[in-house]
Amino acid sequence: MKANKYFSLFIVLALLATLTIGIQAQDDVVTIEYWQYFFEARQTAMNQLIEQFEAENPDIDVIHNSEIPYDNFRDEIAASAPAGVGPDVVTLFYGWIPAFVDAGYLIPLPEEDFPAEWIESYFSPMVAESKFLDEYWAIPTAVRSLALFYNIDMLEAAGYDAPPATLDEFLEMAQALTIYDGEPDILNIVQEGYVPEMTGQAHHWFREALLRQYGGQPFGEDNRTVEWNSEAGCQAFKYLSDFETDYMTGSNDLFDGGTQAFINGQAALHIDGSFRIGSIASGNPDLNYGVAELPAGADGSQHTFGSYWTHGITRQAEADEAKLEASVRFLKFITSVEAGILWVNEVGELPAQLEAASDPTLLEDPILGPFSAGLEYAHATFFVDETQQRQHLIDAYDQIRLGGMDPCDALNDAAELEQTLLDEFWAAHSE
Amino acid sequence: MDITQQPDHLPMRPYRSKSRTDFRYKALSYLCLMLIGMTMIVPFTWMISTSFKPKPETRRANFFPQEATTENYAYVMTETELPRWYLNSIIVAVMSTVSVAFFDTLAGYVFAKYQFPGKKIIFIMFLSSLMVPTEMLVIPWFIMSVHPPIGPTWVDTYWGIAFPGLITATGVFLMRQFMQGVPDELLDAGRIDGVSEFGLFWRIAVPLSLPAIGALCIFNFLGNWNAFIWPLIATSAKEMMTLPVGLQFFSSENGSDWHLIMTGASLSVIPLLIIVIIFQRYIIEGITLTGLKG
Amino acid sequence: MADMIVGEQKANRTETQPGLFHLTLTRRKVMWAYIFLAIPIIFFLYIRIYPTLFAFQMSLYDWNPLAAEQHFVGLENYQTLVEELSSDKSVTRAAFVNTWHYVIIGMPLQLVLSLLIALMLNEIRALQTIFRLTFFLPFVTSTIAVSWVFRWLYQPQIGLLNVMLKAFSLPQQPFLRSPDQALYSILAVIIWQGLGFGVIIFLAGLKQIPRTYYEAAEVDGASRCQTFWNITLPLLNPTIVYLVVLQSISFLRTFAQVLAMSNQGDGGPLNSTTTVVLRVYREAFQRLNMGYASTLTITLFAIILIVTIVQLRLTTRSTE
Repeated sequence: MKANKYFSLFIVLALLATLTIGIQAQDDVVTIEYWQYFFEARQTAMNQLIEQFEAENPDIDVIHNSEIPYDNFRDEIAASAPAGVGPDVVTLFYGWIPAFVDAGYLIPLPEEDFPAEWIESYFSPMVAESKFLDEYWAIPTAVRSLALFYNIDMLEAAGYDAPPATLDEFLEMAQALTIYDGEPDILNIVQEGYVPEMTGQAHHWFREALLRQYGGQPFGEDNRTVEWNSEAGCQAFKYLSDFETDYMTGSNDLFDGGTQAFINGQAALHIDGSFRIGSIASGNPDLNYGVAELPAGADGSQHTFGSYWTHGITRQAEADEAKLEASVRFLKFITSVEAGILWVNEVGELPAQLEAASDPTLLEDPILGPFSAGLEYAHATFFVDETQQRQHLIDAYDQIRLGGMDPCDALNDAAELEQTLLDEFWAAHSE
Repeated sequence: MDITQQPDHLPMRPYRSKSRTDFRYKALSYLCLMLIGMTMIVPFTWMISTSFKPKPETRRANFFPQEATTENYAYVMTETELPRWYLNSIIVAVMSTVSVAFFDTLAGYVFAKYQFPGKKIIFIMFLSSLMVPTEMLVIPWFIMSVHPPIGPTWVDTYWGIAFPGLITATGVFLMRQFMQGVPDELLDAGRIDGVSEFGLFWRIAVPLSLPAIGALCIFNFLGNWNAFIWPLIATSAKEMMTLPVGLQFFSSENGSDWHLIMTGASLSVIPLLIIVIIFQRYIIEGITLTGLKG
Repeated sequence: MADMIVGEQKANRTETQPGLFHLTLTRRKVMWAYIFLAIPIIFFLYIRIYPTLFAFQMSLYDWNPLAAEQHFVGLENYQTLVEELSSDKSVTRAAFVNTWHYVIIGMPLQLVLSLLIALMLNEIRALQTIFRLTFFLPFVTSTIAVSWVFRWLYQPQIGLLNVMLKAFSLPQQPFLRSPDQALYSILAVIIWQGLGFGVIIFLAGLKQIPRTYYEAAEVDGASRCQTFWNITLPLLNPTIVYLVVLQSISFLRTFAQVLAMSNQGDGGPLNSTTTVVLRVYREAFQRLNMGYASTLTITLFAIILIVTIVQLRLTTRSTE
């Protein structure tokens, strides 16, 4: 009985001790807030990362806000900023970075924690392309690239056993795979070969892949001049628009757009990012499809577009030294190789870290492999205003398709608007 | 509704000709009205019929569903935030309607029954706010909501959605017109009996104005229920959206799932239609009185 | 101050009981009037007047809600607006031109159609309530729901309208997908939804016309046409002016329909459907360029003010 008594006393003391330590620890805990837009897989993945992080760093508590829909995300940040209640670490589309930097919302990543050489050797090269005003402002966990989706059944039915490897083959197959009910006409299409979906990924394909394969480049060396309306641009854009206007292989007006047409099994070839794998799995799990690298140019060159959501530290975190320190640790953790590997498994996006991306099992994966292979030749466009710049190419394309304009003229008109946008942007940064 | 039963001296009856060409005009009117009426009804029936179709059937041209299903409704009610949006819309509309019913009536009563210095200027100030379109105010309201004078941000709160509509100039104007009909003698008699000034309003003026207050309430409720631009701006989180904002968000997210979009639209429209059918007389009177658009 | 004296005098005149009691009563009533109005006055000052002035202030700044402090830029935003309005390719100009089209085509069409329907409704007795309700339903329905229903009706290949065209062997139409048709397609929806409102106001206006006028005309043997042109229309004049102004303002503020019916709410294709308010929304809340957006709203405000003043002049003239 005596032993039991001592034992109880011991338990009580132990409990008291834990409580005291607990209270003390509570005092030292730094709370930081992290925001990203709502996407279920990202939410789950980040919850796991935060759990691991908090286990390793008991002195930091991370509040995770991921309930804001994509369309409202910038709005919500804007609402939080003046009130000083927003995130300390935030995930933004890389193309938005200049705007947020301009507003003084993001702080440059501290050089001692994130040296430039380290960023450039540790991450996929497209991360380095987003250096802005000679500083790095954000780094990603994962990246995405474009690849070619194809409907295996349709290809087999048309007698093809492999996806197109070159642009010429791509055009030829897109025509052969288009089926009409009656005369060849857009409105008689029952199966689409390929749909140039400008509101989707086609403008990226043009800017960073087709254009380069035709020998051009989107912007001048310092990103100050528009060059996608060059002679090469003209040809590349004509190649793209001819699918709809001349060869009538498909139109975004049909079947609720190119992406839906592919998911629903009404289009044979489709160019999209790895994030589409998830939508196919949920929208039409029975779709028998394959993925290949984007077709090579006439000179054999390969290019693709890469993009990423990237994490930065806000000026709100900077105001408090403890929060800044905690944010730096959190940022390091969520951009580590381990985080990248967790991300690819949960979200289907590719690891941004070269070490994780070169993993042989990833490269051999029939679906993710082609995307992974593309990372080597992926380019991330330098956007000053992603929405506007995308709109310029959508409008140029619509001018051809709906207004009957010549591709070169349409491109020149759009380039004029884009140059104005760039001029305004750089004028504001000349001082 | 038979016109012959109405006393002849009623001047407000619309005049109807009794000449021989009458029949032809009548027949033509019925025909035209039927045709136009069809175009009013068909979109609603098409919406409802699509909401009962399984997805593959939306790609076929049949008007009525071949294999009617209620799965779309089950999906929208359980897998989306639509029930929550419903609740939000009701809370916001009730909040603002209660406030409007009280403050508009009170202000209308004061303008009709009291004489005080600055009355004209204050009344003009109220009415002048009608000139300024909501669109011009949403940006300042947004900044104000983010930076409120007291407390944390108003964004994504019921108060934040409702505050611009808590008192309306049209309501004040309407109630002033109506309150002018309340006899002064009644109020004076009340004063002599020692009724407080608020008691006069609450126990004499309000009971006499119930029909007008009712019209104001129904009308205000409808206006709030369908309000779009401010709730769109005042909410970011999904769970705080009102029905129209949620519906816009839901529809653009599910761009090609027409069976689900039409289900969402049906769910948002049908209960309202029932209310409107029940209260149509009041609503129509309210519109005629206020002449305000939603 | 003049008001104050007139107010006092009026109050004095209406009071029948003279003496001290009456004076204190008047004072007490004034006090209560202010107490009752306190909250509404604060409300209007803070929620209506102050934001109006604030909008003017913002238009003089390069206002970005993300920034810690705002830069004063003077009239630069107005200068940008003028430049954009004079440039052929600018979206802002397209927005103003389209808005003008919405008003100038939509308003008269809606007016004539609702007058015709009101006249026909006035003609019949049986089923009048049902018909009135039918025309009225779309008006009380949420604009967003209506817009998505029509977007579905307008779909190529599977939308009801194209299905019907196909059934009658007529060529398929792109509707919302064509820069030439999209604006009219959206306009049709707005008119469709707003008809009921015009009908109700016209019906109320028709009720106000004394039947003796018609009886006199019948005795004189006037034809229906003559009766319409010489009695109905002139006597409906105040109703018409009222509706013209109200509908013009409502068309000037077109927003939700375009947001819901254009692809990703961009006011396309090729900016053919975008409106001033849509521009305001995108500038302010998507590009976070709130200074320039405020400039746009002030321009809209000025236009609405002009329309209202013109109305006031017209109504005073017509009642003289």
